[in-house]
Amino acid sequence: MTDPMIKPELAPGVAAEPELVPPPSPMPVMQLRDVSVAFSGRPAVRNVSFDIPENEVTALIGPSGSGKTTLLRSLNRMHDLVRGAEVSGSILLGDIDVYGGSISPTLLRSRVGMVFQRPNPFPTMSIYDNVTSGLRFNGVRRKALLEEAAESALIAAALWDSVKNRMKAHASTLSGGEQQRLCIARALAVEPRVLLMDEPTSSLDPVATKRIEELLGELKDRVSIVIVTHNMQQAMRVSDTCAFLLMGEDRAGELVEYAATTKLFGEPDDPRTADYVNGRFG
Amino acid sequence: MTLMALDPIIARRIEIHSIAERTVQGRERRASVAVWACRACLIVVLIPLVAILFYVASRGIAAWNWAFFSHLPTPAGIPGGGVSNAIVGSLIIDGVAAAAAVPFGVAGGLFLAESDGPVAGALRFAADVLSGLPSITIGIFAYAVIVKIQGHFSAVSASFALGVLMLPVIMRASETAIRSVPRELLEGGLSLGARRATVARKVVLPAALPGLITGVLLGIARAAGETAPLLFTVIGSQYWNLSPTKPMGALPLVVFQNGIQAYPDLVKTAWGAALFLVVMILVLSVGSRLVAARLRKVRR
Repeated sequence: MTDPMIKPELAPGVAAEPELVPPPSPMPVMQLRDVSVAFSGRPAVRNVSFDIPENEVTALIGPSGSGKTTLLRSLNRMHDLVRGAEVSGSILLGDIDVYGGSISPTLLRSRVGMVFQRPNPFPTMSIYDNVTSGLRFNGVRRKALLEEAAESALIAAALWDSVKNRMKAHASTLSGGEQQRLCIARALAVEPRVLLMDEPTSSLDPVATKRIEELLGELKDRVSIVIVTHNMQQAMRVSDTCAFLLMGEDRAGELVEYAATTKLFGEPDDPRTADYVNGRFG
Repeated sequence: MTLMALDPIIARRIEIHSIAERTVQGRERRASVAVWACRACLIVVLIPLVAILFYVASRGIAAWNWAFFSHLPTPAGIPGGGVSNAIVGSLIIDGVAAAAAVPFGVAGGLFLAESDGPVAGALRFAADVLSGLPSITIGIFAYAVIVKIQGHFSAVSASFALGVLMLPVIMRASETAIRSVPRELLEGGLSLGARRATVARKVVLPAALPGLITGVLLGIARAAGETAPLLFTVIGSQYWNLSPTKPMGALPLVVFQNGIQAYPDLVKTAWGAALFLVVMILVLSVGSRLVAARLRKVRR
């Protein structure tokens, strides 16, 4: 029922400044084809296909249990850590098959980073060590590169000004919102191509939430973003493209509609999407 | 404009990713070495375990026959006979010890888990010291306070010694099990206006049950194989006796006393008793895990 082959460059109303930005590279940064995830044989996500456009924000929306987070975590193989989890179908990062064996999960995750629901800075490390941790885990030793990447990532995460004079302080001295931005900087410092965000503002207050939302628009130039959110206003505010998932038969999440955000919220094709975005259920 | 701004970032991305790639390649070799080293360590750890089990089983199984489980010991040199009195004696001694130690142990564990005061700290320290004491000291203590006063050896004094041995193990295991219950459950109960004791009884302890069972059974298993405390307390017996105030036979004593005799029949009996002990402790350990796993599964 859903056409998985919708090309991102065909999606209208995506670019905020159409005269400045040419259509993003026609090659999507990630492609999902018939992706299913099952835990111990029990399906959680079934046959999802869509493209993640480069340098855009893609939002995964849907009610609880629709498989948003499960799908997100399949993109950087976080399910490898769960016994009994099985991902089928194909997921491409550029032209690399994510589950194909040509790339190790470790290397993949340095290219597809992640930010979690709750800020999880490493408690025993300083702010600087937190930001550079990903680089050091990946074998970067050169001090100049570490410092340059840390500064650039902290600036991008709008945290530089408030921490540049206390880089040696413990990360736990930051507020919740600052900690989450530190986690974003930590993920950015490795210069991933894709950044996965799993409800990154659900544990933050409205002010901190607003700052993170503003950040997403600025980060697009640097990294493609996939964000899971419960909050439809948030999806509307921050995303260019939206995928709407719903729990189908036998409780597995299925893709109902994938479209440019303006279309999905304005004139959705599927009546179930219309019901959801208009708050009639879910 | 966008492209200009992107350039240094893309350059950095390329550099970082190529470093990461080299690192991963270098790591794969070291990782396989590390995995093999871990496997080698595992084997080193398993060798004594498997060797002991295999040796005890091969020597002990020869002693196992119907008479071994149903008959009383025969005098040295006379073939036949069994250790039925020691099997029953061990069950009674361990059972009485567990029945006394479990309530105190679980209650103590609950207290340790729920209280952060100085008393809890002192109690925890005492439990750690107690669990580190050589079991023979506990045996001699039981001898001094029960056997000497009572005037003769008895099964209860052995139960007392084994109960003291079990107590710290059960207490600390219970504390760990109770602490692993999410604090939100306690807060959820309190927020409904329940008293702390009610929440502990109706919410926290049931949630901790799988861990509690494991802890209790491991505590019992730890005490069941002890020999030193029995030497001072129950002394052993060749006859049937079900009265806890009198001396009784016990399996570890059969191993100890028969194992050093010159008569092959007695040595054989000792191996049989050793195998029985091993099987008993194995059943307790494996059983506790199975029960806990089943309980956890049912709750999901």
